[in-house]
Amino acid sequence: MKKHIITLAMASCLAAPAFAQQQITVINFGGANANAQKKAYYEPYEKTGTKVIAGEYNGEQAKIKAMVETKKVTWDVVEVEAPDVQRGCDEGLFEKIDFSKIGAKADFLPAAVTECGVGVFVWSTVMAWNADKVKTAPTSWADFWDVKKIPGKRGMRKGARYNLEFALMADGVKPADVYKVLATKDGADRAFKKLAELKPNIQWWEAGAQPAQFLVAGDVALSTVYNGRIDAANREGRNLKIYWPGGIYDLDYWVIPKGAPNKDASMKFIAFASQPATQAVYAQNIAYGPVNTKALAKLDKKVLDDLPTSPANAKEAIQMNVGFWADQGEALEKRFAAWATQ
Amino acid sequence: MNSSTSHAALQGEDARALRRALSRANARQKWRAFALTVPLLVFLLLTLLIPIAALLQRAIENPEVVGALPRTVKSLEGWKPDAPPSAASYAALVQDLGQLPDSSDAGALARRLNSEVPGARSLVMGAFRALPVTGSPEEIKGRLLQLDPRWAEPPFWQAIAKNGSRWTPDYLLASVDLRRDSQGDIERMPPDLRAFGPILLRTFQISFVVTLFCLALGYPLAWWLASLPARKANLLMILVLVPFWTSILVRVAAWIVLLQSEGLVNRGLMGIGLIDSPLPLLFNRAGVVIAMVHILLPFMILPLYSVMKNVPPSYQRAAVSLGSAPLAAFFRVYVPQTYPGISAGALLVFILSIGYYVTPALLGGADDQMLSYYIARYTNVQINWGMACALGALLLTATMLLYSVYRRIGKAELSMG
Repeated sequence: MKKHIITLAMASCLAAPAFAQQQITVINFGGANANAQKKAYYEPYEKTGTKVIAGEYNGEQAKIKAMVETKKVTWDVVEVEAPDVQRGCDEGLFEKIDFSKIGAKADFLPAAVTECGVGVFVWSTVMAWNADKVKTAPTSWADFWDVKKIPGKRGMRKGARYNLEFALMADGVKPADVYKVLATKDGADRAFKKLAELKPNIQWWEAGAQPAQFLVAGDVALSTVYNGRIDAANREGRNLKIYWPGGIYDLDYWVIPKGAPNKDASMKFIAFASQPATQAVYAQNIAYGPVNTKALAKLDKKVLDDLPTSPANAKEAIQMNVGFWADQGEALEKRFAAWATQ
Repeated sequence: MNSSTSHAALQGEDARALRRALSRANARQKWRAFALTVPLLVFLLLTLLIPIAALLQRAIENPEVVGALPRTVKSLEGWKPDAPPSAASYAALVQDLGQLPDSSDAGALARRLNSEVPGARSLVMGAFRALPVTGSPEEIKGRLLQLDPRWAEPPFWQAIAKNGSRWTPDYLLASVDLRRDSQGDIERMPPDLRAFGPILLRTFQISFVVTLFCLALGYPLAWWLASLPARKANLLMILVLVPFWTSILVRVAAWIVLLQSEGLVNRGLMGIGLIDSPLPLLFNRAGVVIAMVHILLPFMILPLYSVMKNVPPSYQRAAVSLGSAPLAAFFRVYVPQTYPGISAGALLVFILSIGYYVTPALLGGADDQMLSYYIARYTNVQINWGMACALGALLLTATMLLYSVYRRIGKAELSMG
């Protein structure tokens, strides 16, 4: 009898939370960014009664496509990069967002409000160097190409995106005109030609964590890098510096895969993560800019100075042209693969 | 005598019954044997044959355009590919887009056309969002051109006309750097888009170099292990196998630590004065080959060892005692007896290297990526599964061709010793 009571008690203990507590699965890109999201969004949101199970992926839209096509969606909320939001939305992979459940549109950056995605943060691909190892600070993108002025290898992302834009800037194109030039056949030729000049000195990186490691180890003198990684390294006592002009900023978005099991709870989570208070906590933990502009008032100057959205940093930066890359990406990436073999 | 009498006795009914019983028993036995292999056959069917068939099918399947734009395709029949299309085609396009059951069909259509003609994605989605467009064909044409002047450009219409059938050779052609021009004739890709030929060549080059290094390093080690007493050999064999059981990612990360410019290898070489500045050993071909050789070495050593274990040492001794120089005896008597091990090991290492993906991605530069890297890119990043499947089919075909050449030249069965 006693045994029965114990089993019963245990069963009720196990069963009770399962009934009472809802849970959602949130997928992010991992790393320092995931830790900041955990502190700012997941842990506070759990206090409202919904358990958050965090998972990682590498941006593979194929996983979402496979889930949606087989109607076995196990992810509730997914962080995706800007080019994939529109494409996935067009192809019916994501639920449409009812923005009235998220917040007042006027509070958000215009780019953060889309048909299927809600902006999470603003990040930027910038030029960075290790001030402990490189004595001459770069003052333009032409310096990135100038291996005489600043000797040493250059770290660049393996692929066409960002590199073609930077190549044109180094070749004298004004940041604001980069996509206009790149859209023409001559412009693309010019970018690849400029990139070829630097080819022997390029050390390619694949994962976002690599360029900061290269800089710390002194493997490269200058590198293109996601600005949050520099911030994360500096929090560990490194002396890495960022050159902001010409940086290419972009947003990451929350999306809900079509047919996700807990749509209402997912929307509530996204709304929770879009409040000024939670967005401010996030920006304090990693140097990515809030999309809710009201969060800026809650941040002190030291934090603001490192954000890609601060006026000084954003002044000469450009927004990545999502439409351009959605149209031209496949062809340019293939051309990049052909270019690499030459 | 006895048997012949029993034979004579077994006639008529009895003989027939016995024969029946015998054949029944035989059949039962056959079925039992077959039933034992059924799990394996079902497993192979489900995990190998069906996926490969699906992959090959997806490499030639082309449902998007024909499914979404049947009227447009029909209206373009007999159209001269370089002339501007007629107003009726514009009207048919708008009608087709208006009758798509779901917006995701427009997305799939836009993706398919965009991989043919860059820019078609925004063109198609722009028209789809502008719906409904009504009026006479001329008015519709005017509206579309006003919406996006690119609708006047023939290449977009050529792409629609070209993909008007359920099956397409385009993915497979693109995987060998060919394409169909607007007339449907096959031509080579323009030079700045010829990517996959050199990549396939590079894939085989890297695999070949890795196989050579594995053989050069593995052969002496296997020979030494085979000549040791069993207890010692087993102990050393564990040392060969321990890295074999470690995750590839861990080993790749370890190589990054060892090979980076301030890593152990470079500091060691500089310490003993062999080099003045660090060697570039990472994020280039050298790093890829070093790590791949390390990861694949056990696949060379194991078959070599098992063959060498069975080569009697007395043959070589006999050759020496008959007057052969020791080295000549080794190469002319010992080595030929290990050919089955060499061929099995080389084949294993080569075929495994061809599919390598993570190691070159993390340790190689932009021009060290093998074909699997691009298959993964098309699957995960571009979401162009037709292209990914075509590249998979290319890799499969190239590997099978190479294997058949190998069988013909080597004339050796794949032997694990």
